[in-house]
Amino acid sequence: MTTTTLPCIEDVWAWLSEVPDPEIPVISVTDLGIVRDVYFDGETLVVAVTPTYSGCPATSIIELDIETALARRGLEKVRIERRISPPWSTDWIGDEAREKLRTYGIAPPDKSGAQSGGAVRAARYFGGAALSIACPRCGSTETEKVSQFGSTPCKAAYRCKSCLEPFDYFKCI
Amino acid sequence: MPSLPDMNSTDVVGMARRAAEHQAPRDRHIHNEELKPALFEWLCRMGDSTLILGHRLSEWCGHAPVLEEDIALANVALDLIGHTQMWLGLAGEVECEGRDADRLAFRRDVAHFRNVLLVEKQNGDIGSTLMRQFLFDAWHIERLRGLSESSSERVAEIAAKAFKEVSYHVDRSADLVIRLGDGTDESHRRMQKALDSHWTYANEMFTDDGVDEAVAEVGIAARSSELKPAWDRLVDEVFAEATLVRPDNDYARSGGKNGQRHTEHLGHLLAEMQFLQRAYPDASW
Repeated sequence: MTTTTLPCIEDVWAWLSEVPDPEIPVISVTDLGIVRDVYFDGETLVVAVTPTYSGCPATSIIELDIETALARRGLEKVRIERRISPPWSTDWIGDEAREKLRTYGIAPPDKSGAQSGGAVRAARYFGGAALSIACPRCGSTETEKVSQFGSTPCKAAYRCKSCLEPFDYFKCI
Repeated sequence: MPSLPDMNSTDVVGMARRAAEHQAPRDRHIHNEELKPALFEWLCRMGDSTLILGHRLSEWCGHAPVLEEDIALANVALDLIGHTQMWLGLAGEVECEGRDADRLAFRRDVAHFRNVLLVEKQNGDIGSTLMRQFLFDAWHIERLRGLSESSSERVAEIAAKAFKEVSYHVDRSADLVIRLGDGTDESHRRMQKALDSHWTYANEMFTDDGVDEAVAEVGIAARSSELKPAWDRLVDEVFAEATLVRPDNDYARSGGKNGQRHTEHLGHLLAEMQFLQRAYPDASW
């Protein structure tokens, strides 16, 4: 199949907003803020993607999912560009997506976090403060960290001391 | 000129400008022939240290004493291997002989590895692994922090990415060194033993040679010795909380970062790590 007319960039963004993150399917790759740019290089559509964590094994799956979704829309010539600068930050996760995360049972990243907000010692060492994370189920801030690393590199394992439920916290980075 | 229909509202000039910005940052150091040998060597030191430590940590997968630690060690290993892809990928670009990160990782033998000796040490018990991790993380965070101001844009962007992740590594390893150091008599004894055993290996991270000198002169990276004061402050603070005694020994083992004499453990590690690519060259998933 050959495409004679190229779609407009806004449509491509809309299609990408329907590609779910493979590990947290309630949010899309655009919600997550990892699609940094979309543009045409000649007739090839270039999608610039930034990894969340540099070793995140989902990165290549995400790239494949994007290519597949665009191929379904008839875009055959697609190039995925991996870009590391500026480094991905949880600040790029929008308010709507944060709410989706919370509803899904994952405490969203603390907004005051910014650079290394969750890394307490590193933050203290380089100037910063500790966080209090609200339980996504009951809203209590009486929570404790069980482990700095949870089910994926981007999450930490927490426990709520009020409702006693364990939960994932999307760490600031 | 490609046809770009349905783009009435799109700022074509802006797109072209953005497209130009998409190229990887221009970096005057990357294809500087004179600097090439030292820069390649220096990048291999960074990438090989994260690769070998990442592999060592992955050996714990499925074996760590508690589930949370098992997951954490595997996650840290993943981050380090992610950093390796960036460092060795750039090393391959600098070398310009067609070797990518995978080829450098899987097709070089012991004598060509440039990791510090500390990271090739066997895991030992979990205390020994965590102490090795803390000594390395404390160095790593300081190294990366300085590199964010590197005169090489490519080096700076890798460091900026890795710095965020390593903040979590050092946070966790420092906490655990304190918990185990200031824990039971047995955990304290093991942590002190691990510290004593790793100490002279850790000192290698702060030794300088011609490679350090060459990259420092052009502002790519500080000399290794310049990282020592900040490292001292961080480890001393943690040892004090952990009730551990800092060894009084400045002797630095050598032979890792310059590749002259690795320990016997590296060959065994490579035999396992490189097996597939050695047996089935260029195999892919």
